[in-house]
Amino acid sequence: MSNDNSPVIAAEATLSDSKPPESQGRLIFKRFLGNRVAVGALLLIIAIIIFAISAIGLGPIPGWWKYGYTGLNDQSNGGRPTLSVVPQWLGGTGITLGDHPWGQDRIGKDYFAMTMRGIQNSVLVMVVIGLMATAIGVTVGAIAGYYRGKTDAILMRITDIFIVIPALVIGSVVGHAVGGFGAATLAVMLGFFTWMGIARLVRGEFLSLREREFVEAARVAGASDARIIFRHILPNALGVVIVSATLIMASAILLETALSFLGFGIRPPDVSLGNLISSNQSAFQTRPWLFWWPALFIVSLALLVNFVGDGLRDAFDPRHRRFKLRRMTEERPSLAEDEQVRAGDDGDIIDAGQK
Amino acid sequence: MVSFILRRILVSVLILLAASFIMYMLTAYSSDPLEDLRSSNALNKDRLIQARIQTLQLDVPPPLRWFLWLGGAAKCLIPLANACDLGSTISNAQVIDILPRAMQSTIQLVTGALVLAIVLGLALGIITALRQYSGLDNVITFTSFFLFSLPSFLIAVLLKEFIAIGFNNFLEKPIIAIPLIIVIAVILGLIIQSIVGGDGRRRLIVGGATTVISAIVLYAISLSGWLLHPGLGPVVILLLSVGIAVGLTALIAGLRNRRALTTGLIVAVLALISYFSLQGLFDISSAATLVILGIATIVVGLAVGFFMGGYDRSQSMRVGVITALMSGGLVLLDRFLQSWPTYFSDVNGRPIATVGYQTPNLGGDVWVSGIDSFTHFMLPTIALLLISFASYTRYARAGMLEVMGQDYVRTARAKGLPERTVVVRHAFRNMLIPITTLVAFDVGALLGGAIITESIFGIPGMGQLFFAGLRRGDLNPVMGYFIVIAGMAILFNFLADLAYAALDPRVRVR
Repeated sequence: MSNDNSPVIAAEATLSDSKPPESQGRLIFKRFLGNRVAVGALLLIIAIIIFAISAIGLGPIPGWWKYGYTGLNDQSNGGRPTLSVVPQWLGGTGITLGDHPWGQDRIGKDYFAMTMRGIQNSVLVMVVIGLMATAIGVTVGAIAGYYRGKTDAILMRITDIFIVIPALVIGSVVGHAVGGFGAATLAVMLGFFTWMGIARLVRGEFLSLREREFVEAARVAGASDARIIFRHILPNALGVVIVSATLIMASAILLETALSFLGFGIRPPDVSLGNLISSNQSAFQTRPWLFWWPALFIVSLALLVNFVGDGLRDAFDPRHRRFKLRRMTEERPSLAEDEQVRAGDDGDIIDAGQK
Repeated sequence: MVSFILRRILVSVLILLAASFIMYMLTAYSSDPLEDLRSSNALNKDRLIQARIQTLQLDVPPPLRWFLWLGGAAKCLIPLANACDLGSTISNAQVIDILPRAMQSTIQLVTGALVLAIVLGLALGIITALRQYSGLDNVITFTSFFLFSLPSFLIAVLLKEFIAIGFNNFLEKPIIAIPLIIVIAVILGLIIQSIVGGDGRRRLIVGGATTVISAIVLYAISLSGWLLHPGLGPVVILLLSVGIAVGLTALIAGLRNRRALTTGLIVAVLALISYFSLQGLFDISSAATLVILGIATIVVGLAVGFFMGGYDRSQSMRVGVITALMSGGLVLLDRFLQSWPTYFSDVNGRPIATVGYQTPNLGGDVWVSGIDSFTHFMLPTIALLLISFASYTRYARAGMLEVMGQDYVRTARAKGLPERTVVVRHAFRNMLIPITTLVAFDVGALLGGAIITESIFGIPGMGQLFFAGLRRGDLNPVMGYFIVIAGMAILFNFLADLAYAALDPRVRVR
C-alpha cells in the first residue's frame, strides 16, 4: 500500500522534529488497526476460512474431519444435530460433539462437512469475482479516465451495455450456462459481468487525478503513459479500488448464494451455501438445522466482509465517513457520488449524449 | 435540451440493442430448448421435435435468429399497428400475450416495495442523521449493515415460515401475552424517546408516556378481540385525523402558522363528516369509485388550504392536501377493516397467504378482494422492500449529515430561522437531489430482485416468466422479460438525469 516513489501527498503525516514523517500507507494501516470492529472482522474471516479448509481438506488433501461432504452415512437420531453445548450442571448432556454435530441431511450426508464445503466454495467465488472485477474494472476505468475523449466514450458505452442488465439476470444466464462446471468456472464467468461499478469509480478518480500537478510534472519529466498510469495515478486511486473491491466481494457472496438458490449456480453434488438452503427450504418445519447452519454462515461472511470494507474506507478517508455499500444483486453505481456531478461540473450526466 | 434528449434516446437504443444481443447469445448457447423432447419416449418424438424447430426457428443459427427476433420486436415501435411480435414460447403461446399479465403483478409488487422503501428509508435516515450517535442511530446502523448482508431469499423464506405461519397460528387465539405487551411497549418507548431527544427529563417523560399508552392500547386490543373484529370507528378516526393535522402542520408550516393549522383541522373534521356520509356509497363502490373519491379528496384538501391560507398559501395547501389524503386513507382503512371478518371466514381463519397472488374462487366486493391482494402481496413486498430499504436509510443519513454541515445551513441558522425550517426547507430538499439517482438504479435492482421473491412466493410475474423460461431453454419469454427490464432501467436512468438537472441548477444539460 505504501508507495514511496509516488508523489502521494501525506497531508496528515505528523511532521514532528524527532522522527521522519510516516508514509501514507503506514498511516492508513495504522488507522485500520485502530478500528477494532474491522480488525476483528478480518481475523474472524481468516479464522472461518482456515477452519473450513482444514476441516474437510482441499481437493485430494484430507482434512481433520472424519466425514466427507459426499459420503452417505447411516441416519442416526433422525439426522438431528448431536452437538450439545449445555453443560451437565445445567441439566444438559454436557459439551459433546457426537457423531454428526450439525446433523445430517435427508439422505444421511454429514451436514458439518457439507457446510464447510459450502463455505469453501463461497469464499472461492468471492475472491475470484473480487479479483476479476477489480482487474477488469481498473483497466477499463483507468484507460477511459486517463485518455478521455473517444476512448472514454466508447469504453463507458460498453460499460453501460453491461450495466443495463441487472446482475441477477445476467448472473442467472451465465450460471445456467456454466454452473455445472464447478465453482471456479462460475466465478470466472461471473467476474466478466461484475466489473462495471469499479470501472466507473476508477474512471471518475482518474479524471480528476490526471489534472493534478504531479501528473503534469511526471509528463514533463518524460514519463510514458503506462508509467504515469501505474506509478503515479493508480497508487493515488488505490483507496477507492480497495474499498470497492471489498464491497464487491461481499455482494459476490450474496450473488453466488442467490444464484445457487435459484438453481443457476453451483449444482449438486457439489455444495454451496445457497443450494443447501434451496434444497432444504421445504423441510423447514421438520429439519430446521438444515436451514440455520448455511444461513448463519452466509450472513456472517457477508457481514464480516462488509465490516472490513467499511473499516478500510474509514482508514483511507477518515474525514469522509461516508457509507457507499453496493450490492451486486442490486447494482447502483451512482452518478450522485461522482465527484464531477457533486462539484457541479458537467460530468457524467451530460457526456452520455454528448460524445 | 431537445437535442440532448434526442441524442440520449439514440444512445439508449444502441445500448439496448447491444445488451439484447449479448443476452440473446448467452441464453441461446447456454440452454437446449429440445431437451425435454429428446429424453421423452413419445412415439411421435421426431415429429414433435421437428414441429418445435419450425415454430421457434431453431434451424437458424442464434446470431441470425437474433435479427429475426429483432425484426418482430421492432414492429412494437409502430404505434397503433398492433403488430408486436416477440416470438412464441415453447408451449406455443405468444410472448406478447402473456407479458402484460405478468407485468401487472410485478409492477404492483415493485411499486409497493419502492414507495415504502423510499418513504421509510428516508424517514429513518433523516431521523438517525438528526440524532447522530444516539442509541437509535447505532441500532439502525447495525440493522442496515445486517440487512445488507442478508440475502433476499433468506428473508423471504424466513418471512414465510415465521410471520405468515406464525401470525396465522396466533390468530386462532389472538391474545397477546402480558410479558410480550410489556416488551413491545418498552421498545416503543425507547424508540420514541430517542427520536424526540432533548434533555434527560423530557426524554424520560416522553418515553414513559409512550410505554404506558402503548401498553394500554395493546392490552385493550388483546382483551377485546380487536384483531378478529377490527375497525376504527368515528372517535378514533377523529382523534387520529386531528393528530395528523397537528403533526403535519408542526412539520411543514410550524404551529405558529395558525392558518395552516386551521386548514388541517378543518380537513380533519371534513374527514369525519365523510366517514358518516360515505358509508352507504362505500357498500356499492367499485375500484373506479374509489379513484374518483381519491381525486375529490385531493381537490378538497387543496381548496381548503387555498381559501384559508393567507400570504403563504402554498404551505396551507400542502398541509391541507396531505392531511386530506391521510385522513381519507383512515376512513378507507376503516371500511376495509369492516370487511375483515367476512374475508377471515372466507379463508378459514388463515389470512396471511404464502403462495400466489390471489385466493382462487374468492368472490366478494372490492373490499374483500382488496384485503385479499393485501394479504398476498404483503410478505413479498416486505421481502423486496428490505433489500433497498437499508441502502435508502444509509444514503439518506449520509446525505443529511453532509447537507447539515454546509455553509448555507449555517447561514440559515445564523439568520435566526427555527430549526424546523432549517431542516425541512433548507436541508431536506437538497438532500433529496442525489437520492433521485439512487431511485433510478433501485428500480432496475428491484425488478431483478423480484425474480427471487416471485419464485419463493409463487407469484406469476415477470420474474417467474424469466426463471421458468431460462430453465426450459425457452428463449423468447426470457428476451421479452429482458426487453421490459432493460427498457425500464434505461427509462428511469434517463428520468433521473433529467430530474437531477431540474433539481440542481449547477448541472447543465446540453
